[in-house]
Amino acid sequence: MKPISALTVAAVLMTTAAPLSAETLRWARAGDALTLDPHSQNEGPTHTIRHQMYEPLIIRDVTGAFEPALATDWAPSESDPNVWVFNLREGVTFHDGAAFTAEDVVFSFERAKQPNSDMKELIGSITEVRAVDDYTVEIVTDGPNPILPSNLTNLFIMDKDWTEANNTVDVQDFEGGEITFATTNANGTGPYVLQSREPDVRTVMVRNEDYWGIDQFPMDVTEIVYTPIQNAATRVAAMLSGEVDFLQDMPVQDIERVNAADGLTVKQAPQNRVIFFGMNMGAEDIEADNIDGANPLADVRVRRAMSMAINRDAIQQVVMRGQSQPAGMIAPPFVNGWTAEMDAESTTDVEGAKELLADAGYPDGFSIRLDCPNDRYINDEGICQAAVGMLGQIGITVNLDAKPKAQHFPLITDGNTDFYMLGWGVPTYDSEYVFNFLVHGRESDIGTWNGTGYDNDELDAMIKSLASNTDLEARNADIASIWRVVQDEQLYIPIHHQVLNWGMSERVGIEVDPEDQPKVKYFTMN
Amino acid sequence: MLAYIIRRMGQSALVLLIVGLVAFSMFRFVGDPIDNMLGQERTAEDIERLREQLGLDQPFAVQYFRFLEGAVQGNFGVSYRQGRPVSEILLERAPATLELAAVSGILAIVFGIALGVFTAIRRNGFTANFIMSASLIGVSLPTFLIGILLIYIFSVELGWLPSFGRGETVDIGGWSTGFLTESGLKALILPAITLGLYQMTLIMRLVRSEMLEVLRQDYIRFARARGLKDRAINFRHALKNTMVPVITVIGLQLGAIIAFAIITETVFQWPGVGLLFINAIQFVDIPVMAAYLMLISVMFVGINLIVDILYFFIDPRLRVDRAGGH
Repeated sequence: MKPISALTVAAVLMTTAAPLSAETLRWARAGDALTLDPHSQNEGPTHTIRHQMYEPLIIRDVTGAFEPALATDWAPSESDPNVWVFNLREGVTFHDGAAFTAEDVVFSFERAKQPNSDMKELIGSITEVRAVDDYTVEIVTDGPNPILPSNLTNLFIMDKDWTEANNTVDVQDFEGGEITFATTNANGTGPYVLQSREPDVRTVMVRNEDYWGIDQFPMDVTEIVYTPIQNAATRVAAMLSGEVDFLQDMPVQDIERVNAADGLTVKQAPQNRVIFFGMNMGAEDIEADNIDGANPLADVRVRRAMSMAINRDAIQQVVMRGQSQPAGMIAPPFVNGWTAEMDAESTTDVEGAKELLADAGYPDGFSIRLDCPNDRYINDEGICQAAVGMLGQIGITVNLDAKPKAQHFPLITDGNTDFYMLGWGVPTYDSEYVFNFLVHGRESDIGTWNGTGYDNDELDAMIKSLASNTDLEARNADIASIWRVVQDEQLYIPIHHQVLNWGMSERVGIEVDPEDQPKVKYFTMN
Repeated sequence: MLAYIIRRMGQSALVLLIVGLVAFSMFRFVGDPIDNMLGQERTAEDIERLREQLGLDQPFAVQYFRFLEGAVQGNFGVSYRQGRPVSEILLERAPATLELAAVSGILAIVFGIALGVFTAIRRNGFTANFIMSASLIGVSLPTFLIGILLIYIFSVELGWLPSFGRGETVDIGGWSTGFLTESGLKALILPAITLGLYQMTLIMRLVRSEMLEVLRQDYIRFARARGLKDRAINFRHALKNTMVPVITVIGLQLGAIIAFAIITETVFQWPGVGLLFINAIQFVDIPVMAAYLMLISVMFVGINLIVDILYFFIDPRLRVDRAGGH
C-alpha cells in the first residue's frame, strides 16, 4: 500500500509529462464537502466532490439519464425477481493501482449498510450483495425492486484492501467527531485524484491519467482547484475578476451582470427542485388561524381557492426575475410520473377563488400564519411576501413568519405549522420518492415530511405497493392515479420549479446538470 | 496588590461564566442542528437517536455544565458540521485571523498616528482638512460595504488584487503563514485595509485631538521659547505625552479587531475563526459557537484584566484605595 502523497506526486509528474497543455479549472460555490468518506453524509456538495474521485456502479449524465460507470450493464435476474445482476467493467484500477473487482463492490455495499453510514436508507431494501465471479455481482433485495438502479447513483465503490490497510473499514462516526483515513484521503476509480485538501478553504485534484474512460470523455481539465466562497457578492466578484472559471450557486440578481461581462456566460436548466406550500388539513382545529372550532383548510374548496389566488407568472417575473418555471404539480419535470398536463393545472382566478371561498362558508375569508424559510430556497422569503398579497386579494389575511431554515424545518417535521413553504428534490427521479415523503400518512419512517395531516389508507397501501411492483406499466398507471388524487385533493399548492444557474468562463464547455452535480470529466476547455 | 489581582481575576471568571450561560440559553433560538445534520431521508428514530447522542434533549443548563466540564479539560467537543474536534479546527483557523489582525493593527497604528500628527500640526491646511473629511468615511461606512467597494475597484475593475482567499500559504510547524508568498501578501492587502480602516480613523482622530490639547500646554510654549526645533517639539515632547490615552485605546481595539474580523472574513472568504463562526451560526454548530464565544470573552476579559493591572501601577490612587475595597 503506497501512501497517497507518493501517488499524487506521481500523478502530478504524469500530468506535467502529458503532451496536452495543462488546463486548470478554478471552481467555486457556496459550501464545501463535509467529509471525503464515501458513505458518511448524504449531502449534495459532499457528493459533488466525491464524484470527481470515486465512482458508483451507475452515474447520471448531464441530462439525468443513466450512464454505465463501474457497471457496464445491469438487468433484473431472469430466474429470481428479487435479484439484480450487474456486470462490472474490466481493467479498471483504483488510484493506488489496485485492480477493481466484484469483491470491492460487495465490500462497499456492506460498508454502506453500517449503522454510521448515511447511505443506508437509500439501500435499505438490499439484503445481500454477492460476487458471482470477479466481474459479476448479484444484488438481492427483500422483494422485487424495479427502481433499484436509481438508488445507486451516489453509492461509491471503495477498494477493500486499501480500506483495510488504512483501518477505515468502519464508516466515520461523524456526530462523534471521528476522523479516519478515509475522511481526509481518497482512493477511488474516478477521473480525478486528490492532491491536497483543506476543509472549507481549498481542494485540489489532478487528472487520473490511468482513468478507464480517458479517451471516452472530454477530460480536458488537468487540475481542479475547488474553493468555497460563502458571500454571494464576493463569489460573483471573483467570477467577474477572472479568478474563477466555473461558479455554482449563482445569485439570481447577478445573472445579467455576469452574462454581460466579457468572456463570461451563465447557463441554466430546470433544477430538480419544486417549491410549494403545504396546509394542515388533518387537524380538527388549527392554531394559526382566527376561526375557532373548525379548520378551514380541511375543506378542499378553501385549498383550491388559495391555489387559485396565487399568480405564479407574477412571482416568476417579479420575485424570481424570470428564473423559475410555474408549477402545477409537486414533482420536477423529468421525474417518472410528471406530466405536462398536470404541471399546467394551476390556474389564477381571483373571482373564482372568492366564490369557492364563499361556498365553503368563508365569504369574508380568515386569517392564518404562514411559516417560511429565509435562507434555504432562491428568494424564498420574497415568494412568501408575494403570496401574502395575493391571498389578501381573496380575503385571507396572512401573517408571514419567516425564519432561518434551522428553525423552519423542525416546524414541519414536528407538526407545529399549519401553513408552510417547502421545496423538494427527487434524487431517484421517480414519483415513489415524492409519495413516500410527502403524500403517505405520517409514520416514524414514512411520510416524515408530510405536514398536511392527510391520511388516506387506501392511497397509502397503493404507495407502499409501488416499491415491489415490477410490472412497470401497471406501476406507472398506479403512479398516475395517485397523482390524480393528490391533484384533486389539492394536497399542496405548487408554486414553481427552481431554475439552476451555472456561471462559467466562455472557455468552459458544460451543460447544466439538473441535480446540480457537475462532473468534471464531461467538461471541455477551449 | 495581590488581593487586588485575585479579586479582579475572580470577577473575570464570573463574567466568563455569565457569558457562557447567556450564550447557551440563546442557542436553542438559533434553530435545531439535527435538521442540518441528517439528510431529508432521515426517520423519526434517527432524529431521536442523534438528539440523545448529542445531549440536545437535556435542558440548556445541563448542556452548559457539560460544556464547562469538557472545556476545563481543554475539550471543546466536536463540530456538528465538520465532524472534527473544535480545538483542532480553531488551531487550524487561528493563524489566518491572527495574521490578518496583526497586519490590520499595524496599518491602523502606523497610519493612524502618522495622519493624526500630520492633521494636528497642519490643522488648517487643505490636505489635513481633506484627510479629516475622508476619515468620516472610515468611521461611518459599514465594513462589508468597504470590503465590497474595494473588491469592486481593485479586483473586478482593475484586476490588481485577488477578491477572496489567502493565496498560497506556507506551513511552518503547524502555523500556516501567508507572509512568505507573493500571492499570500497580495491577498492580505484588501482585507487588512477593510478590517483596519475603522481603527485607523479612530486612532487618527484621537491622536489629533490629544495632540491639539498637548500643543496648547505651557511646556510646549516654553519649549518653543527655548528655540527648540519644531520636529523635536512635535515628536519628542508633544507626541510622547499624547500616547498614554492612545495606547489604552489601541489595546482595547486590538481585541475588537480580532472579534470583529467576522464580517471582513466573510466578505473576503478569509479562512479564519470569524468565518468559522458565521458558518457555525448558519449550521447551528453549537460546540463551535460556544468555543468561539468563550475564547473571545476570555480575550476581552484578559485584556481588561491586564489594563486594570496596568492602571494599578500607573495610578497611585488605586493603591491607596485598596483597603476600602474596589
